[in-house]
Amino acid sequence: MLAIDSVKKISFNRCIGGGDLVIVYERHDNMKAVKVCEGSVLQNRFGVFKHSEWIGKPFGSKVFSNKGGFVYLLAPTPELWTLVLSHRTQILYIADISFVIMYLEIIPGCLVLESGTGSGSLTTSLARAVAPTGHVYTFDFHEQRAASARDDFETTGLSSLVTVGVRDIQGEGFPDEYSGLADAVFLDLPQPWLAIPSAAKMLKQDGTLCSFSPCVEQVQRSCETLRTNFTDIRTFEVLLRTYEVREGKMDSCQGVEGGSNESLPCKRRQCSDGSNVLSNSISPVVMARPCSEARGHTGYLTFARLKCLS
Amino acid sequence: MSQKNLSSNSIQNHRVTWEGCSVLLDINDGDRLVFARLSPAAKLKIGNKNCSLQPLIGCPFGSLFQVENGPEGPYLSRFIPSAEGNKIEEKTDSETKVESRDNRALIDNNRAQSLTGEDIEAMRSQGARGDEIIEALIANSTTFEKKTSFSQEKYRVRKQKKYAPKVLLRRPVARSICEAYFKKYPARIGFLRVDTLSLLLSMANVSANSDVLVVDMIGGLLTGSVAERLGGAGYVCNTYQGDAPYSMDIVRIFNFSNEICKRIVRSPTSDLLSQKESSEQILQNEISMEETSLPSENGESNLDLENTNTAERVCTSGKAGEKASQDTMDMFKANGFSSLIIAAPEIDTWTLVNDLLPLLSNSAPFAIYHQYLQPLATCMHNLQVGKMAIGLQISEPWLREYQVLPSRTHPCMQMSAFGGYILSGTKTCST
Repeated sequence: MLAIDSVKKISFNRCIGGGDLVIVYERHDNMKAVKVCEGSVLQNRFGVFKHSEWIGKPFGSKVFSNKGGFVYLLAPTPELWTLVLSHRTQILYIADISFVIMYLEIIPGCLVLESGTGSGSLTTSLARAVAPTGHVYTFDFHEQRAASARDDFETTGLSSLVTVGVRDIQGEGFPDEYSGLADAVFLDLPQPWLAIPSAAKMLKQDGTLCSFSPCVEQVQRSCETLRTNFTDIRTFEVLLRTYEVREGKMDSCQGVEGGSNESLPCKRRQCSDGSNVLSNSISPVVMARPCSEARGHTGYLTFARLKCLS
Repeated sequence: MSQKNLSSNSIQNHRVTWEGCSVLLDINDGDRLVFARLSPAAKLKIGNKNCSLQPLIGCPFGSLFQVENGPEGPYLSRFIPSAEGNKIEEKTDSETKVESRDNRALIDNNRAQSLTGEDIEAMRSQGARGDEIIEALIANSTTFEKKTSFSQEKYRVRKQKKYAPKVLLRRPVARSICEAYFKKYPARIGFLRVDTLSLLLSMANVSANSDVLVVDMIGGLLTGSVAERLGGAGYVCNTYQGDAPYSMDIVRIFNFSNEICKRIVRSPTSDLLSQKESSEQILQNEISMEETSLPSENGESNLDLENTNTAERVCTSGKAGEKASQDTMDMFKANGFSSLIIAAPEIDTWTLVNDLLPLLSNSAPFAIYHQYLQPLATCMHNLQVGKMAIGLQISEPWLREYQVLPSRTHPCMQMSAFGGYILSGTKTCST
């Protein structure tokens, strides 16, 4: 997914090969991750797609099924991965993810601790942000979930940047070996306040912490605990509103020539169809309006900075 | 767990200041934000006094300083908060109890304080510390004891800001620079809010080893933020219409190493679009480029870096934004850019995108920022009709901050109601 090896970056010239991970795009709300394999096929409502016909095509190509249906093959990115990964838990989405990366000040070379791993949606973006020289150590107390996440990082080619550990961070805290080494810590736990003292121990001075909690009671308690060792404690909620765009044909009431005082041009259009309408009374307009459905709440993001005491 | 790579080895992850380093000074909890460059001669004006920034050199970022009165006038002295909690912590118990005091007996007649301005000035000249002045003010206030504990705290904070101002030493990174500009000079960064900036970087898949094409007409904030994410691997190419490159002054506020600065290049759009030229033509172009770019380099404003000692600028970011070399240009042309970000309020969005999209490699993501919806809507529609991109979406981020206090949690009274719009999508293969 990432150009960890600078030669393998996405370019005009780079084509899909066997073993590559591609994102099969049907529609903006219908995508799927597929590992390309010479003898395999992809079957969906558009028909059967042979992987062998994909090999050698550039990323971003439109490919056709036996029935003439088509899909696009995209190069994977953390954003696309978030839309296709298998949900083993509730996941973080782009608005929260990008804000977390920016607010935790994660840049290449950083050492980041995360718990829990969950489905690895945020982890994938953390890995992109610390690459090529940093590392993400992520922990989940659920053994199988950790194993699935490990498999996913193998699939997305991020294993050299992410290490998944099985550990109950609320109960045991982060491992001592990272004491004072973390640039940033991210917590997505049911009782984050239990892990905050350990997080404080792991962080470098002025290091950043973020805790993601869906409920305000969790935030309340976390903030009380944070006040002991942290400063700059701030809680946010970030959401996205999306817009739909369409071209509308609008009747124009001023465009009528002749200036006659007859019936309104709008009415004239309704009774006549096409030929009788004055050509300049309809103008195509591109219009935008917010989509009527949206995510109304994901969670509160509480950020803090370890106090600088020396 | 693997033990390798335990210490973070970033070439840009400085945690302690040095002479010549750029810093963001946060005075009294965000009341005032000043970008400065540390040098022994640099001064910061607080109130009506000038304080030397010398004591800040060699201190960790995140340290707090307090203005103290010395024999030679006020100076900045390191303030180390107590390790275990603070006043709020101790009061949690009493706060949960029902407050018995209220403001029914408080009358606004300006006679509550018996200490005069002259008294305070006299205390100061005798070398009284800010905290001592505040205690004296409280002792001489006839109403302080009648206030609720909340308003007592507010009173204390207000007096602290005036008589014992605190200066927090912040790291100038994309987050803090964007927030400071958004607060101080939002127009200079095209009203780009920090969450919107973070979305642009994510949506354009910016990471090490990517070659990002940007149109940055917001002072260099976008270019700098991209360069920060590249960490010295890959390129950010700042392209411009016409002959004069857009200002990149904000790039110099980041503490970029030369390694990173070399990865910030600029090129006129026409050069990127033109076919490979003969070497003579290139030479000519380069000469004319140097001439046209001179005025803008000299005419750079130093308004943002409030620093009395401009000559002392040990600018590590000197090399940032040089013209892309022929080799680099050839590489861009051969591979295509891995993504595109546009923040160009003054250029027609569709015209720009139509020009620049062919420069992107296949399947490259792009993100376009605009304060207004219509240019993005038109652009999105044209991209759809032309079947040039998929996954097209216009989004508008919404950011709300909360006050979280025991029994007093609610959204903040003031918020930014608008952070701009983003059009994002992925370029499809045209063949």
